[in-house]
Amino acid sequence: MTTLPPLIEMRGISKSFGPVKANEAVDLAVAPGEILGLLGENGAGKTTLMNILFGAYQPDAGEILVNGKPVSIRNSADALAAGIGMVHQHFHLASRLTVMENLLIGIPGKGGRLDRAGALARLDDIARNYGLHLDPDQPVSALSIGEQQRLEIIKALFRRARLLILDEPTAVLAPSEVDGLFSALRAMAAQGLGIIFISHKLNEVRALTHRCVVLRHGRVAGRVDVPAETTALEMAQLMCGHEIVPPERGPSVPGAVVLSLDAVSTGGHGGMPLRAVTLAVREGEIVGIAGVSGNGQRALADVVSGMLKPQSGTMDIAGKRVAAFTPREVQALGLGRIPEDRMTTGLVTNLPLADSMVLPRIGTEAFSARGLLKPGAIVAFAEAQIEAFDIRCPGPMVRAGALSGGNLQKALLARELAFDPKVLIAAQPTRGLDIGAARFVHEKFLALRARRCGIVVVSEDLEELLALSDRIAVMYEGRIVGVLDSADASVSRLGMLMSGAGGSA
Amino acid sequence: MSAVLEQVFQVGFLAAIIRIATPLAFATLGEMFSERAGVLNLGIEGIMLLAAMAGFTGAYFSGSLWVGVLAAVAAGALMGALHALFTVVLGLSQHVCGIGVTLFSSGLAYFLYRLIFGQQSVPPSIKGFQPVPIPILSDIPVLGPAVFNQFTLVYMAILAIPLAAFILYRTPWGLSVRMVGENPRAADSAGVSVMATRFQAVVLGGALMGLAGSFLVMAQFNAFTFGVVSGRGWVAIALVVFGRWDPWRSAGAALLFAFVDALQLRLQAAGLGHIPYEAFLMLPFVLTIVAMAFMSRNAVAPSALLKPFRREER
Ligand SMILES: Nc1ncnc2c1ncn2[C@@H]1O[C@H](COP(=O)(O)OP(=O)(O)OP(=O)(O)O)[C@@H](O)[C@H]1O
Ligand SMILES: [Mg+2]
Repeated sequence: MTTLPPLIEMRGISKSFGPVKANEAVDLAVAPGEILGLLGENGAGKTTLMNILFGAYQPDAGEILVNGKPVSIRNSADALAAGIGMVHQHFHLASRLTVMENLLIGIPGKGGRLDRAGALARLDDIARNYGLHLDPDQPVSALSIGEQQRLEIIKALFRRARLLILDEPTAVLAPSEVDGLFSALRAMAAQGLGIIFISHKLNEVRALTHRCVVLRHGRVAGRVDVPAETTALEMAQLMCGHEIVPPERGPSVPGAVVLSLDAVSTGGHGGMPLRAVTLAVREGEIVGIAGVSGNGQRALADVVSGMLKPQSGTMDIAGKRVAAFTPREVQALGLGRIPEDRMTTGLVTNLPLADSMVLPRIGTEAFSARGLLKPGAIVAFAEAQIEAFDIRCPGPMVRAGALSGGNLQKALLARELAFDPKVLIAAQPTRGLDIGAARFVHEKFLALRARRCGIVVVSEDLEELLALSDRIAVMYEGRIVGVLDSADASVSRLGMLMSGAGGSA
Repeated sequence: MSAVLEQVFQVGFLAAIIRIATPLAFATLGEMFSERAGVLNLGIEGIMLLAAMAGFTGAYFSGSLWVGVLAAVAAGALMGALHALFTVVLGLSQHVCGIGVTLFSSGLAYFLYRLIFGQQSVPPSIKGFQPVPIPILSDIPVLGPAVFNQFTLVYMAILAIPLAAFILYRTPWGLSVRMVGENPRAADSAGVSVMATRFQAVVLGGALMGLAGSFLVMAQFNAFTFGVVSGRGWVAIALVVFGRWDPWRSAGAALLFAFVDALQLRLQAAGLGHIPYEAFLMLPFVLTIVAMAFMSRNAVAPSALLKPFRREER
């Protein structure tokens, strides 16, 4: 491996966004057949660095070498021509077009027409070599997230990429899908492709990568030569520069029921509906919701947060019956909500962060009077939260969309916690967050629990649920098929229930 | 009543529909290409007027109708390029720029026309296109004389529909157009120039609007007047929505509108005395609104319509 020149090499790359130094003098190289892990806290500059390599951003300084020769990558076309492919954190697909059309975009045709036959042959090749299959005529909107990701990978291979960049590919996958992804990636590396793999899940990094580069505040903070022999805690320490201690979960002293659902059923609204779900959450307790994604978790979160009205069944929050099922009503009853999709139902990406942070309570006395906003109070509130939650951003007036994933999540958390909810429902609260940020979120949940809030955590990360919950309810095909005390729960026991093979628990 | 019906559906009714539909079809296809690429072109009304003026002038002075058509297409493409410069390259508001382009090109058309032809009591006219019967096909009863004994521009419009569908759905460029209109970031990361593709689509759209304008002055009225377009551009914008941004459906929408318009003209002529003629004039527009309200409920516009693309923004 060492005799060949690196497949690609980045030297002294720097990039600033206004005052933010996203990358500073970063060096990085990938050899053929190598899987390189790229680690770093949220906002460390991983995505920025990869966007530079892929030609989406121009670096302020530094150079890029492909096979030992300097190249200039001014746009994605240049990167693709240099054999670099990228699977973005947020997919770059047109959802109303078909798989085939998304594949063929930018590919010169044959005799002026789209070369469908040639594409089918290539698609076949890729399926055979790496075990990546997709139906070419399906619209992308009909694909699951895992399949969309597969399409992105196929897209890169289709363009004969020699280096594949994957930005947090596992954040959106169910555990079973991760195995499939990893075996495909290993097959690619075995055939001499280079791979750059970004992830916050350090155990995955240890299992998959050959070498790691760790970024902190835009600079290379360290390198890990044998990830398999390095502990996750050691890596985490390199990432944040200090030790990470798992939060302590004291015994819970649950009190009265603050959230109860009684035989709630919903109609299908584009996902799995709920079927006679009964659930009670008491104050001072954390209830985890486990399940393979698409088994009704979204409908449950939507019902609780007042975005979906059940067809039958009742819901009470803090002893009061929910009647209209509007977000405003449940908020008034004391519900806080951390939505799954930060970008669309969480914050308004085009508005200043400060506005987004007060949005659910914009009509309350604190932020408006006589129909007029109080900009001073809004900015002051945002500033206080930015300080308290260590949200890294240029200031309260920055566009919310410019924040990195972890910081967006902190902002959402800050917004909900500031109002002392009686019940909190959080969907995938640590998805895409680095270890430090995830710990931070967990600490906040535990602190909230100590303040007698009832908390529902929907997550696909079983380790997270086991660490956090007092009880864990498992969903399968729209029903709750079992509720375990976390003392009796284990990954294997939960896994059984999640696959519908649990029987009665 | 039966007398009225007879007069309405006499021979030539079908031919009239086709003639009314032709400029609408060109304009609708033009607007569709532009919008498919993510650029609303509200300049269409003015572009058609300026192109009509340029086409008329070109034909008047050169004596060749085809030189006129070429001048109209060039004027349309040029105005398309202007709109693209503002909205695609500079990323300005498509609404504002489109209305600006309409005002500017209408003003320019009036100004140049007066400058060239001065104030005349009888507006100058040209000898417009004559129908060109297609052998054999034009002998088919009913359909023959209506469809296959038409102006060359009509045949071009009929061919433009499958051609537009072919370009949009079967060629790499057409796929790029659809992609930049749906998700420009995806196109960009696949190595497609969003800027160039959008620019080209808007210019092509402008050229088609130019063809529409040329038909009005060289086949329909054979003279240029300031009212020659009279809302056909705005109608085309509605027809694109009605046609769900698809060439076949859009052309179908144009045909439907033309049917009602032709019907309305006949009803007027039939003189149902007690109804004011303005009521008939309104008919196609009312129908468009009603049809739009029903048919376009679940129509989905290109996702990136109206959205300028800047690469380093997230
Ligand atoms: N287009 C942009 N405009 C302004 N600031 C940006 C932009 N892109 C990134 N930044 C800033 O640059 C820094 C690095 O961001 P980047 O997205 O590269 O982090 P990351 O390591 O990928 O984080 P995460 O793990 O959360 O995805 C952050 O402070 C971010 O706010
Ligand atoms: Mg990132």
